[in-house]
Amino acid sequence: MKKLSLMALAAGLLMSTAVSAQTLRIGLNEDPDVLDPHRARTFVGRIVFTSLCNKLVDITPDLKFTPELATEWSWSDDGKALTFKLRPGVTFHDGEKMDAAAVKANIERAKTLPDSLRKSELTSVDSVDVVDDMTVKINLSRPDATLLSQLSDRAGMIMSPKALASADFGQKPVCSGPYKFVERVQNDRIVLERFKEHWDAKNYNFDRIVFQPIPDTTVRLANLRSGNLDLLERLAPSDVPAVKSDAKLTFAPVSGIGYQGLTINTNNGDKAKSPLGQDKRVRQALELAIDRDVINEVVGQGIFPPAGQPFPEASPYNDKKFAANKRNVEKAKQLLKEAGVDRVKFELTFGTSTTTQQISEIIQAMAAEAGFDISLRPTEFAAMQKEAQAGNFQVNAIGWSGRVDPDGNIHPFVTCKGGLNDGKYCNAEVDRLLNEARIVNDETKRKQLYDSAQTILKDELPIIYLYYQPWPFAHTKKLEGFKPYPDGMIRLKGVKLAS
Amino acid sequence: MLRYIGRRILIAIPTLIIVSVLVFALQKLLPGDPVLTMAGEERDPQVLEYLRERYRLNDPIPVQYFVWITEAMRGNLGISLRTDIPVLDLILSKLPVTIELAIMAMIVALAIGIPAGIISAVRKGTTVDYAANVIALSGLSIPNFWLGIMLIMLVSVRWQLLPASGFVPPTEDLWLNIKTMLMPAFVLGTGLAASLMRHTRSAMLGVLRSDYIRTARAKGLLSRKVILKHALRNALMPIVTLSTLLFGELLAGAVLTEQIFTIPGFGKLIVDAVFNRDYAVVQGVVLCTAVGFIIMNLLADVLYVVVNPRLRHSA
Repeated sequence: MKKLSLMALAAGLLMSTAVSAQTLRIGLNEDPDVLDPHRARTFVGRIVFTSLCNKLVDITPDLKFTPELATEWSWSDDGKALTFKLRPGVTFHDGEKMDAAAVKANIERAKTLPDSLRKSELTSVDSVDVVDDMTVKINLSRPDATLLSQLSDRAGMIMSPKALASADFGQKPVCSGPYKFVERVQNDRIVLERFKEHWDAKNYNFDRIVFQPIPDTTVRLANLRSGNLDLLERLAPSDVPAVKSDAKLTFAPVSGIGYQGLTINTNNGDKAKSPLGQDKRVRQALELAIDRDVINEVVGQGIFPPAGQPFPEASPYNDKKFAANKRNVEKAKQLLKEAGVDRVKFELTFGTSTTTQQISEIIQAMAAEAGFDISLRPTEFAAMQKEAQAGNFQVNAIGWSGRVDPDGNIHPFVTCKGGLNDGKYCNAEVDRLLNEARIVNDETKRKQLYDSAQTILKDELPIIYLYYQPWPFAHTKKLEGFKPYPDGMIRLKGVKLAS
Repeated sequence: MLRYIGRRILIAIPTLIIVSVLVFALQKLLPGDPVLTMAGEERDPQVLEYLRERYRLNDPIPVQYFVWITEAMRGNLGISLRTDIPVLDLILSKLPVTIELAIMAMIVALAIGIPAGIISAVRKGTTVDYAANVIALSGLSIPNFWLGIMLIMLVSVRWQLLPASGFVPPTEDLWLNIKTMLMPAFVLGTGLAASLMRHTRSAMLGVLRSDYIRTARAKGLLSRKVILKHALRNALMPIVTLSTLLFGELLAGAVLTEQIFTIPGFGKLIVDAVFNRDYAVVQGVVLCTAVGFIIMNLLADVLYVVVNPRLRHSA
């Protein structure tokens, strides 16, 4: 009898937890890669890390830094040392203590692990000192204005040093975020559950987070509409009207920190030897032939704000004087005439997707009116990447997911040795300005440097910016407190589901 | 019989070797660089070089092939370049999902195809026959992905009867598992049902014309008995072998169906691996599929001998 009542009690308990347990199901655009912040590369992976791993600092919606694992930080006078005061009483998911030694171990791992993809983000870091248990000092080989923003992302995520020793960390990550890792079924789901010992646990309401990669946008939306998902990222622009007219759904877009643009091959091999690659007037004509408002309205359903510069509107480095030009076909024709060409032929390569296909076709039609004969070449993305690096392209329609610090949106793309400079554009003055902007910590001085560089780039146009990449989210009306951030991450602090 | 099977297995070995070489070579012909894809937005030349070394991508292609095939024969198919998970583990975890889908789809195909084939053969030339033909033809010509999306829109979004996509292991929740698999199995099954129906119909027509059926009818046997017992049994022979061969088609169809319904099976594994240039996974999956296909073929041949005693002597 006693046994029976115990069992009934246990069953009752189980049932009551099942009722009160709240699960949030999030639809992702693709399956993340390895779940090790130092080796990971995908955007969706960062969405998962946001709930799983705390960073030294986080960002606010207006791209300012805010404390996370570090409560305060200060720069030395020469700009070559950054000292963090750490939050006391933080534990990792495995119960280990988060302290200065753990931070040191993590940054050293990011710098030395052979396949770490964070090395280029931390090149300025020379050594890490443990000042005391809760204070850590990062010594730099040169001043680096970008460092704090790097540490607000994967390079600043602190994992349990004990767990790092195991070979399969990427399959069973152990961090100190508000949710801890439960299981992963590749291509199907990643499950996290509430970490009760988290320093801010009271602000996190869900017991479980289930991330489901559903690459097909139609099916992802269908899952939201049928109630199988609560929130999804990257809604297709063509589905925006459907979500807006659905009484059960909320559309939550935000203009992101990344952009879409046309990269022009100006200096990478034989394909650069065309009027478009050699004469800036032809590139200026191309830019004037494009009506970004049409792209925004027709393809973007109003969520593709025109871009004329790499820095997003939320960034303090964005300047109105570099705003996108309005379309001017007459002036474009005039410029082509000055350049001594009648009609210009080139090939536009783009990664296959409905959106880029539509945009490319619109550009093709608009530019034809000004004197451009564009042939379109849809390519699968991995192939496009390889060809781009080898210089086997004339114009690539390609985007950038964006970085919080301005340097990440411009330096790798237009400096002579930039790692992502596919067109091999090279201008000594641009290099000098952008290299200097990397080491100046003062915002006003830094902005002057970027403005000077932008003045040159706006004239020479190695990249024609088209629009800012939005992060369109859609969620059920029951979801309360969700605020989209320009970096496209999903922060669950204060978010809950109304019953 | 055993000697026959043994001989067939021996013949399968060169086929497998050719398949493995082909898979490997085709992979290398794919445009794109797996290391660039892996490194994504971070293009640190040092890291790229390290990854090339680590996955032996700098070795000459014949050397790469030799390393891979010797390891594969020991049961080591390498690890996924994307997620670090061993390829064999991936395959073993995805295979049951696709097998479940294939079996359920086969049940759907048989349940629709064979009765429809019999009815249209018996009622040849009538409205029923034409109607069945039209339905079969539409089953063949409606693309999987379209039917899938339409079903999701109707059944999941409008009526909210079944989950739109995803997968729940039967060990976790059997009922939910069946609910998630119903639509994909139906989509995959209807395409096959059409060809099964056509084959059943023509086989039945052939049999129904034969002398012993006429004799059976003349004896005054019930029409139903003649059709189901005398005619169908003989007509079934080619259908049995066809069904085993259709499993190959099922696998191909599963690639699309799993993509639409986001079922984490074999088909989705290979599509994602190709797009991510996850060489190790693509090679492993294709090799396993080839082995599976050869086994199914072998099974078909053996079954054929079992149902058809005339073949036993030549075997």
